[in-house]
Amino acid sequence: MSLFAASDIGIRFGGIRAVEGVSFDVRQGEVFSIIGPNGAGKTTIFNLISRIYQPSQGSLHFDGQDITRVPAHRVAGLGIARTFQNIELFANASVLQNLLIGRHRHARVGMLAQLGFLPSVRRAEIEHRARVEDVIAFLGLQRHRDQLIANLPYGVRKVIELGRALCTEPKLLLLDEPSSGLNVEETEEMAFWIEDIKKDLGITIIMVEHDMKLVHAVSDRVMALNQGRVLALGTSAEVQGDPEVIRAYIGGEP
Amino acid sequence: MRAIFKTRYEQDLTLWRSPAGALCYALLLAALLLVPAVLGEFYVGELAGLFVFAIAGVGLMLLTGYTGLISLGHAAFLGIGAYTNAILLARGVPFVLTLPAAGLLAGLAGVAIGVPTLRMSGLYLAIATLAFGSIVGTVLQKWDSVTGGFDGFAVKTPSILGVEIAGATGTYYLSLVVLVFVLWLVMNLLRAPMGRAFVAIRDSEISAQSMGIHLALYKAIAFGLSAGITGLAGALFAHYVRYLAPDSFDILLSIQLVTIVFIGGLGSLHGAIFGAMFMRLLPQAIALVRDDLPFGLGRMPGLEPSLFGLILVLVILFEPTGINGRWLKLKRYVGEFPLHRRVGFRRQKSYARSERLR
Repeated sequence: MSLFAASDIGIRFGGIRAVEGVSFDVRQGEVFSIIGPNGAGKTTIFNLISRIYQPSQGSLHFDGQDITRVPAHRVAGLGIARTFQNIELFANASVLQNLLIGRHRHARVGMLAQLGFLPSVRRAEIEHRARVEDVIAFLGLQRHRDQLIANLPYGVRKVIELGRALCTEPKLLLLDEPSSGLNVEETEEMAFWIEDIKKDLGITIIMVEHDMKLVHAVSDRVMALNQGRVLALGTSAEVQGDPEVIRAYIGGEP
Repeated sequence: MRAIFKTRYEQDLTLWRSPAGALCYALLLAALLLVPAVLGEFYVGELAGLFVFAIAGVGLMLLTGYTGLISLGHAAFLGIGAYTNAILLARGVPFVLTLPAAGLLAGLAGVAIGVPTLRMSGLYLAIATLAFGSIVGTVLQKWDSVTGGFDGFAVKTPSILGVEIAGATGTYYLSLVVLVFVLWLVMNLLRAPMGRAFVAIRDSEISAQSMGIHLALYKAIAFGLSAGITGLAGALFAHYVRYLAPDSFDILLSIQLVTIVFIGGLGSLHGAIFGAMFMRLLPQAIALVRDDLPFGLGRMPGLEPSLFGLILVLVILFEPTGINGRWLKLKRYVGEFPLHRRVGFRRQKSYARSERLR
């Protein structure tokens, strides 16, 4: 069963066609990777899914619902969470606060109740905190709990961003280059977490990634893009052997 | 150094970091309650003024320090609050109603200015709010029939349940109560989802949005709350100055308010209080040394604004975390002495978004 489907989506910036006529569907519980050279339109597709860009053609469906015109702040509420290529954490807040912001879509208390910090707010906060602690335990972030993001190394921030996305309890997780800036060990750790998120938490993942080793290790299916168009779609081995894909990456006879 | 051992989630939801902290604040409050019995009328009046500016500082801190939106027009909200309160009092409305009305009207004005300026940030927002400030200033001047125009008018002494709140002492206790109440409200908000949403918008709009935060809605709320709190400060300001004239609410006052939050330290409520203390104490300090300054500096017009400007620039250059940052460093130094390490006190080259204003 497909959880997410993009049909014939495209967007232009002025005269440039960043993405054109891209269609794919993502099945419940799989890891779907998007690869391609720089400027192929991978992150643009993420921005289309999380509704930061408005597609100029095509439609997006998630969980049996048309989300082509849903405003960006509603996307999290539907159950889609994302991370960013260049880490977009709240730098002057603690790790705990960052993760708690991930719980925002589950916040149900009114403004006046919050101003008075009524017992209902206190109960809700403790409930949120318990869920956040689950994610902290899952990713092993205990010792960083009260630190400011600004004081943490890059590799840890990357994990916290993943944690913040998990705190929203998504059905679909968009990971934009989860291994960029990580060393070999950290990348291996990331691969284990992606496996765990898929198997233990049952979350479907769409991932943009350059590290082919990581892509090969965790992906169920891979889509290769070049210049905004789909080159190949299939298992990791199929896509890596595709002559079109090889030509896009290393060049060759036209 | 003191370590706090946490065993329950409730411990992260308290207003105080530890029981010792709560005791310190309680002692401070008790000392403040006793002040009018000890100090003379002049000092009590000045402290009341300090509280009024601290309330306005807390209001602006919520907007600039926590949500990352600058406003150069906050004097307008102070003015709206002051005039609403004074005009309603003059028409015989009881004070228990005029004070909330002042906050409410200023808050609505805040939402009204907030909504059209939501798509702006940084310099553009600063200019838009500056324009709003001067519009309100002009309205206060020209609307003779209601505001009394340039002549202004005397503010009626307020009374609660038949008890007159007269003189410096009355204003002192009134401002102190409102300040404590406002601090309680804002601290509640900051430990609740809404306060976190404000901080999220300050630090990264794009990821705040993808966490499900409705940017336009939350920015409008931040503007409204900030303006409302500043309006409450305005109502008290009317009783502090006792005679309202439109030229009190000009751009210089707006800049004083911005100076409070920047010098105090962005993103901390302590900062708003420290900033207000600095703001009210500096003119007194200048007055003390004015006659002894060389080259006739003391008689030079514009000495105060230029000193404020100079200090604002120096603070932004050398201590972006403001007085509160210094205070935290001092506390750590004392706490860790003699085991402190120099490197821990070196300035980090990182700034909150609200500091660099994009």
